[in-house]
Amino acid sequence: MVLSPNDKTNVKGVFGKICGQAEEYGGEALEMFATYPQTKTYFPHFDLGKGSAQVKGHGKKVAAALVEAANNIDDIAGALSKLSDLHAQKLRVDPVNFKLLGQCFLVVVASHNPSLLTPEVHASLDKFLCAVGTVLTAKYR
Amino acid sequence: MVHWSAEEKQLIASVWGKVSVEECGAEALARLLIVYPWTQRFFDNFGNLSSPTAIIGNPKVRAHGKKVLTSFGEAIKNLDNLKVTYSKLSELHCDKLHVDPENFRLLGDILIIVLAAHFTKDFTPACQATWQKLVGVVAHALAHKYH
Repeated sequence: MVLSPNDKTNVKGVFGKICGQAEEYGGEALEMFATYPQTKTYFPHFDLGKGSAQVKGHGKKVAAALVEAANNIDDIAGALSKLSDLHAQKLRVDPVNFKLLGQCFLVVVASHNPSLLTPEVHASLDKFLCAVGTVLTAKYR
Repeated sequence: MVHWSAEEKQLIASVWGKVSVEECGAEALARLLIVYPWTQRFFDNFGNLSSPTAIIGNPKVRAHGKKVLTSFGEAIKNLDNLKVTYSKLSELHCDKLHVDPENFRLLGDILIIVLAAHFTKDFTPACQATWQKLVGVVAHALAHKYH
């Protein structure tokens, strides 16, 4: 799927508005463990209890990667190349989970900024999150 | 059979009690058609779906969205008997409407986002977990009679 110029503008607009809270949103999106318990299998080494510092810390990392991708939206593959290698060689998170995280991120954005997530922006952000997932799993095989 | 805890039933009822079926249904269906445009394939006779504005303002989209969410309300009333409740609807979607069940999952995800935007901070992770379970179970029941 290809991001149109409008999509890129919409995505940059969203991240421009939420950049201050992106880290917090990342942490909240990771509360997906409640919604999708199967995702916990990737974090046996984490304390996954409510308010976990490890989950918050990891959420920050995920958010930072999304911000990086948005800032380099013309070359997401280039911007996330190292992360893509990491996921392919070491983490090997099943591709279906990126869609789940994408859904959770959208829910967090919606619950904090309902007016920001117009249908058009929703579409663009969904496409962007798909594109990020595609890049991160691109080297899996 | 799916088990629903007392807490889950509470979370479903408390959210549903505050939902405008007409508004929420219209918005969810419109977003489905905008965010996943290939879903428009089922609505050739709906008239103008050429832009997000056209879709949002389309009276057939609004009416159908209300119909769909009203039916969802039936599911909520019959949580312990969903497959039977949706048996005929499932056959209809398979035999007459020819809708890929993946579309039920897409609409379910969109509905959650619409609810999150409506309830903001009251749409807690526990809420999302319960409602994702609910939309999953509804999608499954709707697909159950497919052959």
